[in-house]
Amino acid sequence: MSSGMQSSSSMAQARRVVQQLRMEASFERIKVSKASSDLMRYCGEHAKNDPLLMGIPTSENPFKDKKPCTVL
Amino acid sequence: MAADKAEMDVLKKECDGLRTQIEAARKGVNDGNMSSAAGSATDVGRVQLKLRKSLKGHLAKIYSMHWASDSRSMVSASQDGKLLVWDTHTGNKLVAVPLKSAWVMSVAFAPSGNLVASGGLDNMCTVYNIKAASPKTLRELDAHTGYLSCCRFLSDTEIMTASGDTTCCLWDLETGKQKIIFTNHIGDCMSLALSPDENTFISGACDSLAKLWDLREGTCKQTFSGHTSDINAIQFFPNGNAFVTGSDDCSCKMYDLRSDQEVITYQDASLNAGVTSLTLSNSGRLIFAGYDDFNCHIWDSLKGEKVGVLSGHDNRVSCTGVPADGMGVCTGSWDSFLKLWN
Repeated sequence: MSSGMQSSSSMAQARRVVQQLRMEASFERIKVSKASSDLMRYCGEHAKNDPLLMGIPTSENPFKDKKPCTVL
Repeated sequence: MAADKAEMDVLKKECDGLRTQIEAARKGVNDGNMSSAAGSATDVGRVQLKLRKSLKGHLAKIYSMHWASDSRSMVSASQDGKLLVWDTHTGNKLVAVPLKSAWVMSVAFAPSGNLVASGGLDNMCTVYNIKAASPKTLRELDAHTGYLSCCRFLSDTEIMTASGDTTCCLWDLETGKQKIIFTNHIGDCMSLALSPDENTFISGACDSLAKLWDLREGTCKQTFSGHTSDINAIQFFPNGNAFVTGSDDCSCKMYDLRSDQEVITYQDASLNAGVTSLTLSNSGRLIFAGYDDFNCHIWDSLKGEKVGVLSGHDNRVSCTGVPADGMGVCTGSWDSFLKLWN
């Protein structure tokens, strides 16, 4: 590859990077405090539906080994 | 040539200017961090989960596992050259899929439960129909020029892959062809996760960056930095507005999409092992992260504190997953066992 071609492909790459950064720079950001409170609210609202947080009664535990049965 | 150099200098200057602008904009909205905001959240206390089942069957290191949508079946992949589909309620093996290449790195269950996919150092993603009398290869997706690190089904007709060739890809399973190639990372892509609404996905890579992509447009929408080494694991927070990453830098981080930045880091001076995998409980409050230190540590996602540990594996924890019903957590390890905890 001639140095001319190499420089044009790194030029194309540089243009793509600028394009990407322009797009990312235009993003409308919300305050971290608002983001944090929204995440906290979500956790709070869904806590009661989180079995690993609430605990699982033995009778409803699908992974617990059942007591062995004796065949008479 | 001089004109080229002049243009390159202009472009470089613009890049630097834009990067400074983005950092300033992020700082501008950074009015407090998550752990201080979470002071008012209730404490979760010590999270002590019990080992309910140890699934024995693989003969070598387990690299990946994925729950089926029924929260009961689960598929695991090992470098013994097999995929095993398990009934986790009984501990029985339902299906064994022999692999052409034993060097598997990722496995996925389709939402329908009809298909599983796997791939690794063969650079391919192979899709199998496991509902046939014996597992049948449906498609061999062969176009990546690097290893397959992660795969996730959108449906029985579309699948996403992440690769060591630095790209992610959306495939059409009806034609076996690539639909969209997602390029922007400058390091091996290690992990991907689909958003709850499936309009976007996130990827983590060895360039220490996480990226958010528009699944249909093929564009990279946001880039998140902060980690100082490879990102090995990435998962969405259940509301789709945030995500958690795990890295070789021994930390996990939560990033918020709408503030476009990291909001909390999960790290501990005593934890000097890389994070290999992670999963969240249903409310998003608990993070289960697998580490090279043979343990899965449990973090309070809001307060940033370690609240528990799942100990029992005799080697690195390579994969973790919580099923859709949230009833437990599965860990898979290089010790060849899968363990179920709740």
